Amino acid sequence: MSTHTKLRDIAHSRTGDKGDTSNISVIAFDSADYPRLAQWLTVERVTAHFAELLDPAGPPVRRYELAQLGALNFVLPGILRGGVTRSLALDAHGKTLGAALLDLEL
Amino acid sequence: MKTIRIGAGAGYSGDRIEPAIELAQQGELDYLVFECLAERTIALAQQARLLDPHGGFDPLLGERMRRVLPYVGPGADGTRRRLRIITNMGAANPLGAASEIRRIAAELGLPGIKVAALTGDDVLATLQQWPEQTLDNGATLSELGDRLISANAYVGAEGIVQALQADADIVVTGRVADPSLFLAPQLFEFGWRVDDWTLLGRGTLVGHLLECAGQISGGYFADPGVKEVPELDRLGFPLAEIDAMGHAVISKVAGSGGRIDTATCTEQLLYEVHDPAAYLTPDVTADFSQVTFQALDQDEVQVRGASGRARPEALKVSVGFLDGWIGEGQMSYGGPGAVARGRLAEAIVRKRLQLTGVACDDIRSELIGVSALHGDDLAQRAQGEPWEVRLRVAARCATKNDAVRIGNEVETLYTNGPYGGGGASKSVRQVVAVASLLLPRDAVALQVHLEEVA
Repeated sequence: MSTHTKLRDIAHSRTGDKGDTSNISVIAFDSADYPRLAQWLTVERVTAHFAELLDPAGPPVRRYELAQLGALNFVLPGILRGGVTRSLALDAHGKTLGAALLDLEL
Repeated sequence: MKTIRIGAGAGYSGDRIEPAIELAQQGELDYLVFECLAERTIALAQQARLLDPHGGFDPLLGERMRRVLPYVGPGADGTRRRLRIITNMGAANPLGAASEIRRIAAELGLPGIKVAALTGDDVLATLQQWPEQTLDNGATLSELGDRLISANAYVGAEGIVQALQADADIVVTGRVADPSLFLAPQLFEFGWRVDDWTLLGRGTLVGHLLECAGQISGGYFADPGVKEVPELDRLGFPLAEIDAMGHAVISKVAGSGGRIDTATCTEQLLYEVHDPAAYLTPDVTADFSQVTFQALDQDEVQVRGASGRARPEALKVSVGFLDGWIGEGQMSYGGPGAVARGRLAEAIVRKRLQLTGVACDDIRSELIGVSALHGDDLAQRAQGEPWEVRLRVAARCATKNDAVRIGNEVETLYTNGPYGGGGASKSVRQVVAVASLLLPRDAVALQVHLEEVA
């Protein structure tokens, strides 16, 4: 992991939407990186990264672990601000959020 | 051991058509499923039906059917598998859609095709008897009043199974939970018990993996330099070969573009999933938390490990309603100082909207841009800050009049705003929002209407 600088170097990601909640999967390219990924990529780190987009008074970010797939699944309630149908955002689905998460410095 | 082959012909209403035809031609399919209903598609279709009582189904239904109907059935020589079609393209008018399909089949000279429409998901009339029901957004139905457009229950696989038992070649529905469109042929072909939660969980996983079509075969995946996908311009749509134990192999037609491997499958497994151990559908509470993928060959992945628990007691109902208007305006600034001029323009518009008393429930503004104004060469002169920016102001307003003024205010920047604003654009659209509530299962009565093409 030491030769890598960003999350994008060791993991890939996909974003889905339901109502005004987004979910972002983070999947290790190499399953050998998963234990460190799971230890390092905490709910606190993800929450801090998206602080400007999340409602601080809203429900907390949740994390699910799928060790056999080398994958984490983050659920971010409220980040779509009204959801696809009412949002004023250019990307109302939040499809681009996962790519923004991959910029995290390891 | 008997297997069935199910292909995904569409991942959303406007999806590409040739990959579906490629599957019908070369996929050796038993079923081709077109999933075409997003959250608020039915509400929009209901509005279309108010204008035209014969409309209200998917706008691409006719074109898709014209192309795929010649492959329905066992084929002229009877050697290939019998192809059947399942689709939710009926949207707000499954009966109208079925009639349109029969009309096209007759026109193509394809008599004998049996077309079934499934109705009963539309519960608007039922809900109007219960005005005090509360939606998940906190409002009651009576508060929505005449802004209420549509109410459709997410129904499960059961109605489609009945249509297949009646020997339908084509089943066209309104709102059915997406994975249930794929679970239904598995239930029908393998005779699974409707309370065998493990098998239903497995069949639901197959549906979940296929329902977005190209998203498991290399779409929504490519990231140059990190994740390469060949020939995205002719992306192949996926198919699953499934056995009676619900074990499945995901693949695509040989020679089509895209890629299917454990990475694309894992991304799609978690797409739009919250708790992987509790994926709720009308048929089952599916558990994807122990799923594994194994690559068998190039573009061929074996899926294992889904299970399930008892289905939810109630059905989820999606309610569509009118929710004001969104007005938007954009204007570009380029060259040195573009960001500062864009920010100045933004501040002017926001202040003008206040000064002129435009009532907005919510407003946002931002700067967009890379290489739209002066080509790539000049754009590369930018040092430290963008060469160009495009101001975008969007607001949600209760009235159309106020929403129109958002774009108008941005446009006035031409002659009243900062130096060098160009390329103004503006738009206004009515907001059709959705919210949900839960309904007891016995409040929904499904009905299959089967008719043969004369």
